[in-house]
Amino acid sequence: MIISFLVDSLDRRGRIVVILLVVLALLVPAGNLLVPEGSAFHVSTYQLTLCGKYLTYALLALSVDLVWGYCGILSLGHGAFFALGGYAMGMYLMRQIGARGVYADPMLPDFMVFLNWKELPWFWQGFDMAWYAFLMVVLVPGVIALLFGWLSFRSRVTGVYLSIITQALTYALLLAFFRNDMGFGGNNGLTDFKDILGFPIQAPGTRAALFAASALMLALGFVVASAVVRSKLGKVLVAIRDAESRTRFIGYRVEHYKLFVWTLSAVMAGVAGALYVPQVGIINPSEFDPSASIEAVIWVAVGGRGTLIGPLIGAVAVNFGKTWFTGVLPEIWLYALGALFVVVTLFLPRGIVGLWDRVVSRRAKPAPDVDGSGRQAGEAA
Amino acid sequence: MSFFRLFTILFALIVSFQPALASRIADTDLSSRIVALGAGGFDDLEKAIANLAASGDDRVPAVLDRLGNGELVVRKADGAVFFADKAGTDFRLTDPVTGSDAGLAPKATVEKVKVNNRIRRTIASAVGALTLISPDPAVRRAAAEAVMKSADAAAIPVLNQAIATETVADIRAMMMAARATALLASSASEADKVAAIAAIADLGSRDALGFLSGYTSTEGAVGDAARKAVAAIESRLMLWDIGQNLWYGLSLGSVLLLAAIGLAITFGVMGVINMAHGEMVMLGAYATFTVQEVIRTSWPGLFDYSLLIALPVAFLTAALAGILIERLVIRWLYGRPLETLLATWGVSLILQQTVRSIYGANNREVGNPSWMSGSFSVGDIQITWTRLWIILFAVAVFLALIAVLKRTRLGLEMRAVTQNRQMAAAVGIRTPLVDALTFGLGSGIAGLAGVALSQIDNVSPNLGRGYIIDSFMVVVFGGVGNLWGTLVGALTLGVANKVLEPYAGAVLGKIILLVAIILFIQKRPRGLFALKGRAVEA
Amino acid sequence: MTDKAEGSLLYLDDVSVSFDGFRAINRLSLVLEPGEMRAIIGPNGAGKTTMMDIITGKTRPDTGDVLFDGSVDLTRLDEAAIANLGIGRKFQKPTVFESHSVEDNIALALKARRGAFAALFHSRSAAEQQRIDTLLATIRLADKRDLLAARLSHGQKQWLEIGMLLAQEPRLLLVDEPAAGMTDAETTETAILLKEIAKTQSVVVVEHDMTFVRALGVKVTVLHEGSVLAEGSLDTVSANPKVIEVYLGR
Repeated sequence: MIISFLVDSLDRRGRIVVILLVVLALLVPAGNLLVPEGSAFHVSTYQLTLCGKYLTYALLALSVDLVWGYCGILSLGHGAFFALGGYAMGMYLMRQIGARGVYADPMLPDFMVFLNWKELPWFWQGFDMAWYAFLMVVLVPGVIALLFGWLSFRSRVTGVYLSIITQALTYALLLAFFRNDMGFGGNNGLTDFKDILGFPIQAPGTRAALFAASALMLALGFVVASAVVRSKLGKVLVAIRDAESRTRFIGYRVEHYKLFVWTLSAVMAGVAGALYVPQVGIINPSEFDPSASIEAVIWVAVGGRGTLIGPLIGAVAVNFGKTWFTGVLPEIWLYALGALFVVVTLFLPRGIVGLWDRVVSRRAKPAPDVDGSGRQAGEAA
Repeated sequence: MSFFRLFTILFALIVSFQPALASRIADTDLSSRIVALGAGGFDDLEKAIANLAASGDDRVPAVLDRLGNGELVVRKADGAVFFADKAGTDFRLTDPVTGSDAGLAPKATVEKVKVNNRIRRTIASAVGALTLISPDPAVRRAAAEAVMKSADAAAIPVLNQAIATETVADIRAMMMAARATALLASSASEADKVAAIAAIADLGSRDALGFLSGYTSTEGAVGDAARKAVAAIESRLMLWDIGQNLWYGLSLGSVLLLAAIGLAITFGVMGVINMAHGEMVMLGAYATFTVQEVIRTSWPGLFDYSLLIALPVAFLTAALAGILIERLVIRWLYGRPLETLLATWGVSLILQQTVRSIYGANNREVGNPSWMSGSFSVGDIQITWTRLWIILFAVAVFLALIAVLKRTRLGLEMRAVTQNRQMAAAVGIRTPLVDALTFGLGSGIAGLAGVALSQIDNVSPNLGRGYIIDSFMVVVFGGVGNLWGTLVGALTLGVANKVLEPYAGAVLGKIILLVAIILFIQKRPRGLFALKGRAVEA
Repeated sequence: MTDKAEGSLLYLDDVSVSFDGFRAINRLSLVLEPGEMRAIIGPNGAGKTTMMDIITGKTRPDTGDVLFDGSVDLTRLDEAAIANLGIGRKFQKPTVFESHSVEDNIALALKARRGAFAALFHSRSAAEQQRIDTLLATIRLADKRDLLAARLSHGQKQWLEIGMLLAQEPRLLLVDEPAAGMTDAETTETAILLKEIAKTQSVVVVEHDMTFVRALGVKVTVLHEGSVLAEGSLDTVSANPKVIEVYLGR
């Protein structure tokens, strides 16, 4: 029933995206492992890992869009959920190192030995088991989001106030994870991973599998998001975005709806972070930096918020740009990123997808489409 | 505390106050006393040092310094004593009395005057004695403090002498405490020691506490007295500690106020979320740096006035930048606060990178003018002039801003536009101009904050980033649209931060505060001093 | 006091609320019988909208009782709970969900379980579809069902909002200035529609437009400075010297 519920939820565009992602999950690893190196179709391991990273960013962007694009909650702290999921995965990978660390302690990760700790803290227990760690990837961001959301939405903190306190949340976590006493490796974070689920983490096969997992997880996230958005609940979310108090007076408990989508979105971000960490090989507190969260928001804005494809396009496009710029013209990148923020908010409120739709509909019929950007001054404040 | 360090301190004291102690004895007398240093064993040396010190001659400390450093030699041929500096394999000799060059001497022809720790101690107290009777009260006070730290029984006779002649009451108390510390270290009777502890406890200072805590584990009456005295001093110092923390808190609060008050205008009054606010502060700081650079290279005499000159420059730089941002970006986004937030974040990235391209990514040094350097203390509270000036400056800026809003035409029009834009436009107020000027004012004040922050923080392209979240917290906590709320918010957060710090540590304290504010906003979504009613909802 | 409330649909007794020292509602008392239609008039700032806010749970009164159905204490409930009790509200400024189609606007307002999970797995039944069609016909927007609500005219938005109100199947409707910004023809039709609704449900109409109130032909309550100045038929209250003084000024 759930499966038919999910599959039915896809529109034509959605099906194309899902099929494309599944094809990608098969072809790119094949291009890396099977196609010989000299061939034009060969995908280098560097490119594979880079693309895998983009896909996890796309999942993060999708999660931001779910709350921002569809429910009007501008989160400036989604990077926190991403990082929490990443840390949960990182803790599993740390425990997998076992006695192969520099200090060769069978139980304690290197940084704990270095800090002269004698035993594993309670919150590190269980992370040697994959199932437990993967559960935590979902639970930790989910529960923190649930708590934070329950407090905030119940007291009707909305708009920029909510944005600012989400930023404060991730800032507080940034400071906390910088502390060595917290037991998450402080400044250096968690790194030097050896293997995942028994496979060496640097091996081409593992990397290809991680890429495929990222693509499939993004596809799953996309289908779930699509199901949510196209359900009646999704329509209530848009109603909340456009006219929150009207929705209340119709009898909807706005805070419950917000809490649902907020928590779901945090879990998606956490999963994205968990896939990100084994591919880049490190997780450190800088992922909690408020600017990282804001960057994720701009991916969504560039691609087109309030659409499901937009965040995918935006995340990949902006990060491709970032990789290219920082390789060729590193000084220019911040100018470009800054300009992107300004240009998109001023001239492209619907992002790339909105632009595309406008071009297509102009060609289809000469009458210009209404700019339905939901400009609702009253509700915005 | 090594004796050697004590000695150097005392020596530095003497040298720096040289003109004040121009007391000399006859060269021949001094010479014979110096020669005595080179004859005999350690016991003789000790006596010779005492004898030399008793001369009170201002050349003596230099001799003792050389002696302590092992740079005093005896010429084997005639027993004469010289200062010796290495010159290749030989020594260059200098006459200690006249300071004249006595030529080179091969190593074998001279012998070093040996010292051990006991001798070093003797040297220290001898120098202490010399300075304890100095005519300059500041030298005497410092000497008494130094002798107290050395806690040397050998200093007791000298101290007795000094106490007898001392006329300044608190220096005399210091000397008596010094004698008491020396007494405690000696083999005096228990009753004397208990009395000595009482004398030290009377001082009540941190030094006294540190010294006495060394005796709390002693058995018997001395230990009891020490424990009691330590408890008494600790409770007294705790009050001072609270005072000191309040001062730090006030100081941090004033910094927060400076950073947030411009935001209180742009966010609180106009409702514009300016994420580039921190960069306005940064521009102000770089404006200060530039002004100082120009002054340093062109008119070095004006250096002390550099900050005063920087104030208008920083204000105008930041205000112009603010007006540009408002005209180019923000005005298209009125009524869409979330978009404004994103666009101004973009602006902040551009500004940071621009400054990085012009000035480089490294920290820039902005100097303190002389009238802002140094510190003084009130009781046990240390107050630096920089912090004091910043507090005064923050108060001045705050009051000036209130005055602008309440008493000027611009302030009136500003309030009119924020309360009812259409109506304001209808009565002939040029609302776009007022918007731009309001934003310029808020940004300009951020620039002023930059001048102040350049004195206490690193001037780097990231300067603003560190303040933006704090500033928003202050404004939101205090209540949007209420300047007094911002004042209360800034001071509360500043003081709370500094009061938490000793218990939780700086980082954890800050985390606790952030979480507290997050929870607070849940309870009072519109801050401490929120406006209520229909006007807000509209 | 509950005795007095018995049998009433809405019961306000001695209600006061102030904002920063300004008394918006001052010892207001009002009783509405089941099936009754009532018009509330009063100059600007008389407290009409604040009264609606109190009934619908948006504003909490400082003192006084607000009872629904003779016994349910509305001051303890939030907006959603009050809406689900059967009190619907139409705002002064028409607020519809602009990025939803006309049909979806009605579908969202349709009486149904309001929980998040119920909504997630909801699929529209034939009965619901029929009800939506009926309502769209009632408010004369059947041919615009797929249009985005943002593209409706002002008057059509007012009607859509009334349609959404009906979809909730409330027992009490609070309607704030339904005729504002409408053409004369639309105003007349709105009056007819409201009278039609009042046959089955209780309605409170807040209105400035006297011809509209006259067209409704119901009992009128005049509010002034947060309390009831006069009550009765429109003719009676218009003859009341106090009312004349308030409206014409002294």
